[in-house]
Amino acid sequence: MPSIRASSRRRLSRLVNIGLPYFWLGLFFLLPFLIVLRISVAEPALAQPPYTALWEWVDDGVLAIQLNFQNFMLVAGDDLYLAAFLSSLWIALICTLLCLVIGYPMAYAIATASERWRVPLLLLIVLPFWTSFLIRVYAWIGILKQSGLLNNFLLWLGVIDQPLAILHTPLAVYIGVVYSYLPFMILPLYANLTRLDFSLLEAAADLGARPWRAFLQITLPLSLPGIVAGSMLVFIPVVGEFVIPDLLGGPETLMVGKMLWTEFFSNKDWPLASALAIVLLGLLVVPFVLMQRLEQRLDDVAEARGAGGR
Amino acid sequence: MSRRRWPLLTLLGFGYAFLYVPVLLLIVYSFNESRLVTVWSGFSTKWYGELLRNQQLLDAAWLSVRIAAVNASFAVILGTLAANALVRHGRFRGRAGFELLLTAPLVMPDVIIGLSLLLLFVAMQQTIGWPSGRGFTTITIAHITFSMAYVAVVVRARLAQMDRSLEEAAMDLGARPLTVYLSITLPLIAPALLSGWLLAFTLSLDDLVIASFVAGPGSTTLPMVVYASVRMGVSPQINALATIIVALVSLAVIVAGISLRGRKGGR
Repeated sequence: MPSIRASSRRRLSRLVNIGLPYFWLGLFFLLPFLIVLRISVAEPALAQPPYTALWEWVDDGVLAIQLNFQNFMLVAGDDLYLAAFLSSLWIALICTLLCLVIGYPMAYAIATASERWRVPLLLLIVLPFWTSFLIRVYAWIGILKQSGLLNNFLLWLGVIDQPLAILHTPLAVYIGVVYSYLPFMILPLYANLTRLDFSLLEAAADLGARPWRAFLQITLPLSLPGIVAGSMLVFIPVVGEFVIPDLLGGPETLMVGKMLWTEFFSNKDWPLASALAIVLLGLLVVPFVLMQRLEQRLDDVAEARGAGGR
Repeated sequence: MSRRRWPLLTLLGFGYAFLYVPVLLLIVYSFNESRLVTVWSGFSTKWYGELLRNQQLLDAAWLSVRIAAVNASFAVILGTLAANALVRHGRFRGRAGFELLLTAPLVMPDVIIGLSLLLLFVAMQQTIGWPSGRGFTTITIAHITFSMAYVAVVVRARLAQMDRSLEEAAMDLGARPLTVYLSITLPLIAPALLSGWLLAFTLSLDDLVIASFVAGPGSTTLPMVVYASVRMGVSPQINALATIIVALVSLAVIVAGISLRGRKGGR
């Protein structure tokens, strides 16, 4: 008897722990994508909500389904949309590399710091993340604008004699993105590097390897899962970023997130915005699945190695 | 520390300067008398006074705080359940899909989450008549959906590294699993629950894009007011607001740090 009770308890626990979050995410995260897909093949209409129905009972049991692929043809055919997608991917790529180049040494320095310093140093990385993202982006407007603090400072130093135009250029977008997303790169790298077995580096040094070679052949390959995780945490959201290109970028910084926002809020073209979202989603599925797979496999390898070593 | 470390430490210093100088400048210039944010003309706290008289902004802040609190509470519950599922239920059927659904909100661009949830709410309203209109409820639901994923990450890490011997001892003494969970597991993971709650709270307080999509005409949150004002140009009031937020966050971090340090003695 007790075993039956225990197994029914176990079943209840499963139902609550797995079922409830599954249900919530299915309803409010997965299902919405299907609706976006449906609306992306609708036609914009002057109605409430502003799109046509997908199907209609015409008469005598005839169901008319209307799929309108014009939104996708528009997205594929218009150079402006193509340019926006390409430039979003490009900006995200450059920013990911910049975050990696700046974030890796920082994560390494924190991970190899003495025990006492590690937690406060890490806290200093996380802290900006807790203050408003919008306000941190706003801070850069005052710094980068024509009569801003950076230009005033450089003029005062005498390095330049004309204020530089940085705000509303792609450079401002790069600065804003790297600034906002740097913690996302550092945290997984740090988590990975603290688990690294530094005795391997000592062994390499004992065997006569120079520090650089030991780094390239041991540290770097072993920190690959952290690099992948950090890069994806930066790359994927940046492709669809809206706030930074909107506030810091100029008219020539085309990004999909901003375009989708404009189609939705200014042009009230819900179907076209949906089509843009679907294409964006399609582009991001590949890196996302790559991240999941690679992380999983690398975790397995690390686990197997760890088990074998013990 | 060996001699080799100084280039690395210099880099670290520059990195921290990059992260902190913009916020520090924001704070300094919130005490500037001039309306021109970037020209210093004397010390003044008048922008704080104006901020506190800005009724529209105060209303928006109050709405945002209420949404953030409700969101954080639900997100902690759902996120903890999800963490339990991943740590305690092994390789259940549909685990891969479960993990996928739980990771995706962490990286999904806000414009996609916002647009898709709005379309869902519109479709639901058409078919089942709920939610009638958009505002507090729809924004809160949207925020719970992505916040719970963050909470799950925090709680999962804590659950996975938790020492289970106390739980096993209680089980051996005949305690029911639910009793064990409530009286042993939850207190042990309480710091993670607290930081998960705070994280969900700030994520919600900070969100502009998703809330803009799913909000109705009558519900303007704090980030929407800030965004509208920032689009008009820099405003010293926003600097004052930023200073208050930074002060509150620092205070919360210090308090949390002290209370956790107090607990650490027992670990």
